[in-house]
Amino acid sequence: MLSARERELLIELWDRLTPAAEHIGSEALLRMFTTFPKTKTYFAHLDLTARSEHLRSIGKRIVEAIAEGTRHIGTAQFTANLSYLSRFHAYQLRIHPTNFKLFNHCMLVTLACYLGEDFSPRAHAATDKYLSAYAAVLAEKFR
Amino acid sequence: MVEWTEFERATIQDIFSKMDYESVGHNALARCLVVYPWTQRYFGNFGNLYNAAAIMGNPLVAAHGTVVLHGLDKAVKNMDNIKATYAELSVLHSEKLHVDPDNFRLLADCLTIVVAARLGSGFTPDVQAAFQKFLAVVISALTKQYH
Repeated sequence: MLSARERELLIELWDRLTPAAEHIGSEALLRMFTTFPKTKTYFAHLDLTARSEHLRSIGKRIVEAIAEGTRHIGTAQFTANLSYLSRFHAYQLRIHPTNFKLFNHCMLVTLACYLGEDFSPRAHAATDKYLSAYAAVLAEKFR
Repeated sequence: MVEWTEFERATIQDIFSKMDYESVGHNALARCLVVYPWTQRYFGNFGNLYNAAAIMGNPLVAAHGTVVLHGLDKAVKNMDNIKATYAELSVLHSEKLHVDPDNFRLLADCLTIVVAARLGSGFTPDVQAAFQKFLAVVISALTKQYH
C-alpha cells in the first residue's frame, strides 16, 4: 500500500531517472542476465551483450513504462494503462512470474549504484512496493 | 561442494577487506526493517521501531547490524567449507531464534543494495553476481539445520 507521500516521492524520483532511461534500463537487464543466467532464456533471439542496441532499446522502454505508471498509482487508470503490457507478458512472452522479482531486485541495485546515498531507505521501500505492485498487474492475466 | 572462480574469490575478499562494518551493517539491517516491516517481529526488545527515522536512529539496530555483518567473516575466511562453518549458527537461528529462513534472503538483498550504493559503478554486474552467489551459499548453509 503506497501512501500519498510515497506516491509523490516516486513521481519525483522516476522523473529524475527518465533522462537516463536507456542507461538504467539496460544496466538493470544486464545485471539480471549476469546474476540470474536463467532469465536469458526469454531473450535467446536477441543480442544481450553490454550496451547492445537490443538491450538499450528494451531497457529504455521498460524504464519509461515504469516512470509513466507512477503518475497513476492508486487509480483505475493504473491497471487500464497497463492492459496492453499485461496481455503481452501473459499471452506472448509467457514469463514465469518469479522472474519479475529478479528483475525488480536488479532494478533496485541499479538505482543504488546510480543514486548512491540518495537512494534512501524511504525511496528504497517505496520503489520496492511500487515495482511489486507493477509486476502484480503485469502477471494478472497469466491465469 | 561450491566451486569458486579466481575472480569470485578475489571479489569477495576485496569487498570485505574494504568493508566499513559499522556503517554497512547498520544500514543493511535498518533497511531490512524499513523495507520489509514483518522482519521487525524478531526484534521485539529493540525499543522504538515505529518509523523509518526511528529505525535508522536506533542504537540497538546499529549495534546488531555490525554483529550480523561480522558473522559473514567466517564465510569469507572459509569459502571452501561454508556449510560446516555455519552449522552452529544455523541451529541457533532455527531452534532458538525461530527465524523464517525466507527472511535471510531479504537481509541479503538489502546488504547487496547498501554495498552497491557504496561502490557505485565499481559494483559491476560481474561483481554483483559474485557477491550474490556468496550470499546465496551462506543462506543455504544457515538454512541447513532447519527441520
